[in-house]
Amino acid sequence: MSNLTYTIIFYLFAVITLCSAAFVVFSKNVIYSAFSLLFTFFGVAALYVFLSADFIAVTQVVVYVGGILVLLLFGVMFTKSIMNTEMQTDVLHIVPGTLILAGIIGALLYTFYTTHTWMPSNKQLYGSIVERIGYETMSHFVLPFEMVSILLLAALIGAAFLARFDKPDKTKS
Amino acid sequence: MEHLIPIGLNHYLTISAFLFGFGLFAVMTRKNAIVILMGVELILNAANINFLAFSKYNGGMGGVMFSLFIIVIAAAEAAIALAIVINIFKIFKSVDVSSIDTMKE
Repeated sequence: MSNLTYTIIFYLFAVITLCSAAFVVFSKNVIYSAFSLLFTFFGVAALYVFLSADFIAVTQVVVYVGGILVLLLFGVMFTKSIMNTEMQTDVLHIVPGTLILAGIIGALLYTFYTTHTWMPSNKQLYGSIVERIGYETMSHFVLPFEMVSILLLAALIGAAFLARFDKPDKTKS
Repeated sequence: MEHLIPIGLNHYLTISAFLFGFGLFAVMTRKNAIVILMGVELILNAANINFLAFSKYNGGMGGVMFSLFIIVIAAAEAAIALAIVINIFKIFKSVDVSSIDTMKE
């Protein structure tokens, strides 16, 4: 693949990611926001492939698109009826929000571009890193791996406990 | 113009800055709790892009492992947060965060 093709594909995915992220934020309809978030997650997964993190990209698609997005859509449809035209949500503090949006993006870009020249290392990541992730998980990151598994178990039990249907007499007492 | 053609670290940092800004804007201005959660997911994705970009151009594996743990914790956070949102909807009949002003039923 030539260098120019690589660049064009990168910019395509960057534009998809940023436009759909902007649509998530600025759309008034919650359902449109949720479906636009799908394209954002796929675009970010494509950017992970560009960063030679293929395993992370697949994990992103499986966990975010298959899990979190379905959960968010379930939340949207559970809390509002889908045929309801009152699905539009209004916004709050639009002027300070826009000012802080412009300020944050400007400050971050200024910091990234001007205060330092990034020096890329000689040994960058290339190709597939699935094998190295396996080695790292079982050597340096065993304790965080076990801790995060316990955290996930506790979080899922807690979520199931919180979201279960209550007995009706409990709210009266 | 010629520094835009080879994809470098600054491209990824720019994308993540925009994603972070959009996510922060959603968290600050929207009234629907679920859209606020979507903003939090955008912020986490921006952090992930930064971790992976620095990890690629540094050659180490720390950023890759950290982004994997971020994805796991984002899944846990989404599950808990949606359970809380559903409870809020059961009590207040609305997910508008500006109308939720009491901690008791």
